[in-house]
Amino acid sequence: MIEVEHVSKVYPGTVAVDDISFQVSDREIVGFLGPNGAGKTTTLRILSSFMPPTSGRASVAGFDVFRDSLSVRKAIGYLPENVPVYPEMRAREYLTFRARLKGVPRRDIRTRVDYAMERCGVTDVGRRITGQLSKGYRQRLGLADCLLNNPRVLLLDEPTIGLDPAQIRQVRELIHELGQEHTVVLSTHILPEVEMICGRVIIINNGRIVASDTMENLKAGFKRGRAIIVEMNAKPAEAEKALAATKGVRAVKLLSSNGTCRFRVVPEAHVDPRADVFRCLAASGWTVTEISSESLTLEDVFVRVTTSEVQGDRQTGKTG
Amino acid sequence: MRNVLTLFRRELNASFLSPIAYVAATFFLFISGLFFYKILEVTREVTLRYALDSVSFFLMCVTPLVTMRLLAEERKSGTMETLMTAPVTDVQVVLGKFLGAMGFIVAILAPTGVYVVALSFVGEPDYGAIISAYLGMLLMGALFVSIGLFVSSLTSNQIVAAIVTFISLICLWIAGGFSIGTSGNLNAFLDYVGLLNHLQAFSKGIIDTRDVVYYLTLTAYFLFLSVRSLETRKWR
Repeated sequence: MIEVEHVSKVYPGTVAVDDISFQVSDREIVGFLGPNGAGKTTTLRILSSFMPPTSGRASVAGFDVFRDSLSVRKAIGYLPENVPVYPEMRAREYLTFRARLKGVPRRDIRTRVDYAMERCGVTDVGRRITGQLSKGYRQRLGLADCLLNNPRVLLLDEPTIGLDPAQIRQVRELIHELGQEHTVVLSTHILPEVEMICGRVIIINNGRIVASDTMENLKAGFKRGRAIIVEMNAKPAEAEKALAATKGVRAVKLLSSNGTCRFRVVPEAHVDPRADVFRCLAASGWTVTEISSESLTLEDVFVRVTTSEVQGDRQTGKTG
Repeated sequence: MRNVLTLFRRELNASFLSPIAYVAATFFLFISGLFFYKILEVTREVTLRYALDSVSFFLMCVTPLVTMRLLAEERKSGTMETLMTAPVTDVQVVLGKFLGAMGFIVAILAPTGVYVVALSFVGEPDYGAIISAYLGMLLMGALFVSIGLFVSSLTSNQIVAAIVTFISLICLWIAGGFSIGTSGNLNAFLDYVGLLNHLQAFSKGIIDTRDVVYYLTLTAYFLFLSVRSLETRKWR
């Protein structure tokens, strides 16, 4: 349903999204998880064809976001962060306007607007002026707007930001239901949210994808020990054998072997084999040029998004 | 076409719901009514010629207030994002906004029709000349709105949009005056671009195709620039 290949977006002076690739299949609910400023909003803007990527290509529902932008826009419902609406319009009037704009056939407009309002629980504020609606109602009005043209793909940018706990629960339930009929991509910096509604999570940090998997697999990954990177002057085959034989090592992978050879040593679960790996290297007499623990990016991000839901909610108004 | 109509309707509604529109309309009708009365009293001629010349000037003062919000407000409030991710083309957005603002200009010009009625009580005005004067004013209004729309597409600050539009219109208005003392191509250029030189024929009852072409080409040009300016979001 969504295909993204090597997409980058460069703003003057900053790289917002750096060479990301991923796929989303039909009726999947995928969560974009990452701290503020990670590139979530930019990615969603590219998918909604609001702006094209600097390089790479992306397609939604089979249409290229740049070349076939109108077809993409017909196939999506996009909820931008902060839910912009025309403040002088009445809620129902606004939805009717949006339905017309989205090309809903004239005779269906009434039923579609009714359906969307009912589904999102904004029927009772239909006569109210949107500028005076509470944040919760506005958020749901934005969601109703997304449903008007019965899109195949829903792109939701921080759909629960700024809501109170009861509203958050309602919106999450709604999104979960919608996932049975639509493909949903949502962005958030709140971990429990992803756990609750998303089948798969894409963790993004500093414009790069650091992990993409189901929540269970990701969590299981953390229980295992951290991999060790070793670089030394040795014959690759010989060294690999020696390392693999070390106690507590589950797998050894050769990363490069030009001049020095570089290995990734994966330990067994709940084991810290660093001391044994060192002894093995020392005993062999090879010249070791590097020993280090593998980069912590994923864990870092994980810690930052897991810290607290409350803290995350307070940081509103920033593009993610 | 349907999208243009939808956008046009929203734009016109939004105009009538903004307090600035009423301030602008009140100012416009009050001042031009005053001038109509004063001119009639002094000249004692049954003609709208001079009065409509003054109306053109006030229209120039008021248009920036009407056009400033067109795109600047969308950009400021973020509705640009919902608008441009709906299946509408940039051309449709520009046309819808342009027609919406034109609708409002027509709405504030319409009450000046009572001047014609007032004149018909005291004499026999030249209706042909009046019709051509209004046509000229509409063409001029279209040019003003297209310039205002273009300026509004460049900024997210409505005040900046209004001021820049006003300055641009003033420059256009008086450009002809600067042709005095110049020669050659510059002289011809300033003479042609100057708005005043294209205004007076209409109020005399002369519909000169050169003037019509002047208004229509410049309007089309600024609408084209607005579309391009809207497109720039894609390569920023």
